[in-house]
Amino acid sequence: MAKKPVVNHMGKRETLGRHIIKNWQLYLMLLIPVVYYLIFRYTPMAGNVIAFRKYSAGGEIFGSGDWTLRFFDFFGKRRFRLTLLNTLRINIKYLLVRFPATLIFALLLNEIHHLRAKKLVQTVSYLPHFISTVIVVGMIKELLSTSGPINALIALRGGAKISFVMKPEWFDMIFVGSGIWQALGWGTILYLAAISNINPTLYEAAEIDGASHFQRVLHVTIPCIMPTITTLLILDIGGLVGSGGAFEKVQLLLNGNIKDVADILSTYVYDLGIGSKTPSYSMATAIGLFEGLVNLILLTIANLVSRKTAGSSLW
Amino acid sequence: MNRAEVKGTTAIHNNPVRIRESRGYRTFTVFNTIIMILISAVTLYPFLYLAAQSFSSQEAIRDGLVSIWPVGFNIDTYETVLKKGDFIGYYGNTLLYTAVGTTFSLLLSAMLAYPLSKKSLRLNRFLTPFIVFTMYFGGGMIPNYVLMTRLNLIDNLAAFVIPSLISTYYVLLMKSFFAGVPSELEEAGEMDGLNKFGVFFRIVLPLSMPIMATMLLFYAVGYWNNWFNAFLYIKTKAKWPVAYYLKTIISGTNDATQASESGGSIAANLKSCCMLLMAVPIICVYPFIQKYYVQGMMLGGVKE
Repeated sequence: MAKKPVVNHMGKRETLGRHIIKNWQLYLMLLIPVVYYLIFRYTPMAGNVIAFRKYSAGGEIFGSGDWTLRFFDFFGKRRFRLTLLNTLRINIKYLLVRFPATLIFALLLNEIHHLRAKKLVQTVSYLPHFISTVIVVGMIKELLSTSGPINALIALRGGAKISFVMKPEWFDMIFVGSGIWQALGWGTILYLAAISNINPTLYEAAEIDGASHFQRVLHVTIPCIMPTITTLLILDIGGLVGSGGAFEKVQLLLNGNIKDVADILSTYVYDLGIGSKTPSYSMATAIGLFEGLVNLILLTIANLVSRKTAGSSLW
Repeated sequence: MNRAEVKGTTAIHNNPVRIRESRGYRTFTVFNTIIMILISAVTLYPFLYLAAQSFSSQEAIRDGLVSIWPVGFNIDTYETVLKKGDFIGYYGNTLLYTAVGTTFSLLLSAMLAYPLSKKSLRLNRFLTPFIVFTMYFGGGMIPNYVLMTRLNLIDNLAAFVIPSLISTYYVLLMKSFFAGVPSELEEAGEMDGLNKFGVFFRIVLPLSMPIMATMLLFYAVGYWNNWFNAFLYIKTKAKWPVAYYLKTIISGTNDATQASESGGSIAANLKSCCMLLMAVPIICVYPFIQKYYVQGMMLGGVKE
C-alpha cells in the first residue's frame, strides 16, 4: 500500500491497461455521467441530421430517407430574416447596456469601504438572479399593467395610460431593462473576484507616483482585470445569435401585438417544430443548427482575436 | 486554504484605498452611496409591490391605488390559494421534482468532476474536451425534444429532471474545487486502507462542503424555477410544478381591462400571491449560502 505514490510517480511508464485497472474505481465513477453525455448531449447533437432528411413525429431519428438540403430554404423566408434581425438587435442592445453596467457597478461596489453595507448591497443585488423567469415576466406584467404603479405615475402627471407590454416600441426597453435588473448584481461577482486578486503594492506604487483615486482605477484596476473582461466579452459575443437566456423571457412576453419586434429565432424554431399542429421538425432543426453553428463560429473568432490581441482566451 | 487567500486579499485591498481621502473623493462617496441605495431599492421594489398586491383588495388594485403598501388589507387571497387544493398540489410537485433532481444532479456531477480533477488520470485528456465541447455546441431544441418524446418519457418525473441533470459549467466549477484539495490528505487516506471510493466519500466530499452547498443551491434553484421542461413534457395537470402553473396564469395579456386569454381574467392579487409563495423559499435560503457561492463562482474565473 505504501508503495502507491511511487508507482503513481512513474505513471508515464505504465501501459494504458494497467493504468485503467489501477484506477478502475475512478473510471467506474465516470461511467454513468459519460453515458448521460452520450445519450442526452451527443445523441441530440447527432440528431441534427434530421435537418437534412424528412422527419415526422414518431419516425426514426437516424432512419432512412433521402438526403436533402431543401430544409435550408428558410433563408428566403420573411419570418426567418425578421427573427434573425430581431435576435441580433435585442442581443446587441442588451450586451451594450449590460456589459458596461456590470463593470461600472463592480467598480462602484469596490469603493464601498463599509464592509457590512457592501455585503448587504451585494446580497440584495444577487436576488434577481435566483428568481424564475416566470416570476420576472409576471412582475413585468404587473408593474407595467394599466392599473400598475408606472401607469399610476403617468396618470398622476396627467399623461395617458400606456399598455406597455402590447406596444412594439416598448419591447426593447422592457427586455433590456428587466435583463439588467436580473443580471446587474450577479455580473459583478467575477469582476470583484478579479479585483480582490490585484496585488495591493500596485496601488501603493501608483499612490506614491501621485495618481489620484480615479487614475488608480483607470491605470491599475482596469488593466489588472482586463483578462476577466475579455473572457466575459468573448462568451457574450459567442451568444449574440443565440437566444440562450432570451428564449424563455421572450416566449413568455410574446403576444400578437409585438410579434414584429419580439419574435426571435428560437421562438420561430419553437413555433415551427413544437408549437405547431403540423410540425416541420426538419426545417426547425435546420434553423436551430444554423443558430448553433453561427454561434460557434462567432465564439471561435472572438476567442482568436482575443488571444492575438489581448493574450487571453478560453482555449 | 483557498478561502483564507481570497479573504486575505480582500482585506488588504480595502485598506490602502482609504489613505488620504481628497475632497473630490468624499463627494464621490456620497454619490456612490446614493447610487447603491437606488439600485437596492429598484431591485427590491417589484417584490414589495407583489407583496402589497397580494394583501390588497381586488378593487384597490384595479383602480390603481396600490403602489407600495396594501390597500384594503386582507388575507383572503392567501386563504383562497392555500385552501384550494391545486396550488398546494403544484407546490408539492415542485418540492418532489426539486428534491429528486437535485440529489441526482449533485451525485452525478460530483462523480464526473472528481475523476476529471485528477491530473494523473490519463483518459482525462479526451474526457475533458468531450465534456467541455457540449458547452459550446449541442443539439438544438428540436433534436432534444424529439429524443425525449422517442424515449417515452412524457408525463414522467424523469422528463422533467433529465434535460438539466448535469450542467457542464457546474461540473467544471466542482472540478476546480476538487483539484484544490491537498493530495497529501488523499494519500494519507489511501495509506489508512481506504480505496478510491472511500477517499472520495470520506475525505474529499467532507472537505468540499462549500462547493457542494453552492451546487446544491444552483441545482435546486434551477429545478425550482423550471417551467419549460414541464411545458414540453408534463401534460397531466395534476403533475405540474408550480412554475408551470404560474406560466399558465400570467401568460396572455397583462391588462385587467383587456382579458384576451385565460391569464387576463385571473385577479392580480391572486397572481402576486402565487408568485411570492414560489419565490419565498429561495429568498429565505440564498443569503445564507452567499459566502459559498461567491467563492464557488470565483473558481470559474480562475483559469487552470
